[in-house]
Amino acid sequence: MKYIKFFLVGILFGIVMSKAEIISWYRIYEMFKFQSFHMYGIIGSAILLGMISMFLFKKKMVKTFEGGEIHVAPKKEGLYRNLLGGILFGLGWALAGACPGPMFVLIGKGIVSILVVIFGATLGAFFYGLYKDKLPH
Amino acid sequence: MNFILQPWEWYVAGPIISIVMFLLYYFGERFGVSSNLETFCSIGGAGKFVNYFKIDWKENLWNLLFIAGSIAGGFIASNYLTTTDAVAISPQTVQDLADIGIMNAGQTYLPDEIFSIDTMLTLKGFSILIIAGFLVGFGARWAGGCTSGHAIVGLSNLELPSLIAVIGFFIGGLVMTWFILPLIF
Repeated sequence: MKYIKFFLVGILFGIVMSKAEIISWYRIYEMFKFQSFHMYGIIGSAILLGMISMFLFKKKMVKTFEGGEIHVAPKKEGLYRNLLGGILFGLGWALAGACPGPMFVLIGKGIVSILVVIFGATLGAFFYGLYKDKLPH
Repeated sequence: MNFILQPWEWYVAGPIISIVMFLLYYFGERFGVSSNLETFCSIGGAGKFVNYFKIDWKENLWNLLFIAGSIAGGFIASNYLTTTDAVAISPQTVQDLADIGIMNAGQTYLPDEIFSIDTMLTLKGFSILIIAGFLVGFGARWAGGCTSGHAIVGLSNLELPSLIAVIGFFIGGLVMTWFILPLIF
């Protein structure tokens, strides 16, 4: 039962991804062509409001529902990991027209072929784990 | 109710995504979708080959429930909350896509040239789907996050690594969109 809340938040996430057409391949193409404000508005406003959340977490003005402190783990530093990993991710994002979140939402939309993309993504994560120590970070 | 059935504007969607992030932290977890890919590897037994995947995946059960919910949300939205499958992309985008061989852009959510079952069953179509996924999965784990963990959470938290990663996302995305996609179709 303690997990049902995550399922419910996931439903909200799936609905908004779907209703705002974020799961549409065309919206991602349009974004990278700079032909619409739509995606920039979504990501930008999410970040701006997110900054307020982060501020409230840091100042301990908001705690978890159980009263614990909210600590947002810092991202790992490193130019190579972030830039090179980011570039590969971007190539895939623009080709698939979907980042990991929308991939799952598209299953709910009944898109069979997205399962191949998700399989590829899992394979990609596996190969990263396999060659992790040989990559620059 | 009519408002719900229309496509949602950016100023509705952005704040809701921010609320999703807030709720995940409020419930004691975090917002990051691509780490589920590593959980899949662990569940699939990848820990036998690579120590990196030797984790107790049950600790990430909450995140699997989150993506299960997002699948359900996608189902609910497309079956009960959407009246048309058309996406109102800009006319210039439709024209640009026609020029590179992707027809009927915006009439549905996804191009048949990539996602139809017929395309999936060709060697080229299947390869495109696998490669696209592979790049997303490999890149996200190398960078340590995807759009949720880096772009939304990381930038909200003023993280320099996330700024670098998001610049990388855009370098890759622009190269794919402007230079590689025209060669594929």
